[in-house]
Amino acid sequence: MPKKRKLGRGVAVVGAGLSKFGIYPKGVRGQDLFVEAYNELRSSVDKGFDPGDIDALYLGNISSDLFERQVHIAPAVANRIGIVPKPAIRFEDACAASGVAFREAIIAISSGIYDIVLAGGLEKMTNLDTTQVTEVLAAAMDPDTEIPAGETFPGIYATIATAHMAKYGTEVEDFMRLGIKNHYNGSLNPHAHFDASIPDIMKRRAASAVKKGLPEPHWADEMEFLHDPKQNPVIAWPMRLFDCSTICDGASCVLLAAEDIARNFTDKPIFVIGTGQASDYFLAERKELASIRATKLAAREAYEMAGVSPQDIKIAEVHDCFTIAELVAMEDLGFYKPGEAVKAIREGENRLDGKLPINTDGGLKAKGHPIGASGVGMVVEIFKQLRGEAGPRQVKKKDVDLGLTHNAGAHGSTIVVNIFQRR
Amino acid sequence: MALENKFSEVAENKLYSLAYNKFLSEHKLMGARCKKCGHLSLPPKPICPECHGNELELEEMKGRGKLVAYTVIAVGSPLMVEEGYGRGKHYCCGIVELEEGAKICARISGVDTSKPEQIKIGTPVELDYVEATHAADPTHEEGERTFLSFKALS
Repeated sequence: MPKKRKLGRGVAVVGAGLSKFGIYPKGVRGQDLFVEAYNELRSSVDKGFDPGDIDALYLGNISSDLFERQVHIAPAVANRIGIVPKPAIRFEDACAASGVAFREAIIAISSGIYDIVLAGGLEKMTNLDTTQVTEVLAAAMDPDTEIPAGETFPGIYATIATAHMAKYGTEVEDFMRLGIKNHYNGSLNPHAHFDASIPDIMKRRAASAVKKGLPEPHWADEMEFLHDPKQNPVIAWPMRLFDCSTICDGASCVLLAAEDIARNFTDKPIFVIGTGQASDYFLAERKELASIRATKLAAREAYEMAGVSPQDIKIAEVHDCFTIAELVAMEDLGFYKPGEAVKAIREGENRLDGKLPINTDGGLKAKGHPIGASGVGMVVEIFKQLRGEAGPRQVKKKDVDLGLTHNAGAHGSTIVVNIFQRR
Repeated sequence: MALENKFSEVAENKLYSLAYNKFLSEHKLMGARCKKCGHLSLPPKPICPECHGNELELEEMKGRGKLVAYTVIAVGSPLMVEEGYGRGKHYCCGIVELEEGAKICARISGVDTSKPEQIKIGTPVELDYVEATHAADPTHEEGERTFLSFKALS
């Protein structure tokens, strides 16, 4: 049994910002997207702050090397936002990069070495075409087995999906229901790459067909649309296009401060009360394929540190790089028993008005997945929701005071879980 | 020279990647069994993940097992696109549990990739190999390479 860990001193999030996620032209640099996020963060700090007081920059980024031909990106960002000569560090743990940067910032502040850390992430992916991006992402797989087998990340998660379907009777429609929910949430999020619900997309596609002089397509409902192979082609069966997160550009950041000074910045700090992280084997080496053990271990560490149980969580942001990943996370985080997440999905329990809203910002599916920015992007959403500042997608149920983020790298071979509290 | 000896020692270490791939090219799938606790690692690991022992011996897999999870890929990896797979020619890859107990990710042949929903988990499979020619990349020379594959038996 791992020992129970606790923070050396309390840490709070006191500001948060996001660039709009989407496809920016070539030549727009990832570091400029970070400036967008940072400017939004600055205006979010109610009582203001002096950037000169930032002790360090912790930046998640997976492959500025291959996407932008730039390395040493953290000091470059520090330079852009004017905080040189403060230490600036890049973290790379596949799609958990900024989740790890955030957690390391918590550890640094709780150790007492720093008081204020800017943690964030960025990725400018769309300079490369989809095949090239796929190759960059695939570099997070096992070069001796998964790459020679022809695996892709949609394929890896599709493989987890077939294991889950065989074990629990999960159906492809359950994955589609998650996509429908997340797209609806994304339609309410002005920062989202896809700010359109599935019905919105159906209307747009029908209109576009008519405009091209083609017969107007009709679908009885979202499910029929999502079963239409022309509209929703298979990427890696059973994962179709609308089961996959988007390749896009974006940046995210949050300002972290030691608990004893947090109220100097805002009357509504959001406290980090638990954090956990774990690693895992490549997929085939795991005992269990229908769940991700690293999520269970990281979650247990975070819950124990926070002194809360999964049933106490009011709102969650989970890593839905593919719809199956959201479903499996719902079980591994302990919100539902193994094989029972589908019941909640079918009953709409995780919608904005449900018992446990999940991915209120549209998730990686609709908000977008600029990989290095995603982990902190989730924290930005929990910060807004717990402060009641999420606009039209604000969860309206009372006492939304405890939130959770779950950020995965690659096949879940890195998992970071954080628990947040409004006091 | 001593330094050169060290290079060849690493290059020839049977528990490292280079040796695993050399054995594959000779149509041998090798795992490593821990002498201390008996745990089987596939591909071989230089250190046992169960007991941390570092005395492991190679063991050739018999090559029979069953399919425990899979996918049929339409948007192929660059490697598979180079072999002509992709949108117009889907391929199956999956995880095989061998009779020896270890699992491994590999290409799967002998299944109908046009009906992925009909591929059955539990299908018995047997070791097979695929040879294909590829351009050079940072870890391979240009030329023919051998890929691990399993053939569905029913």
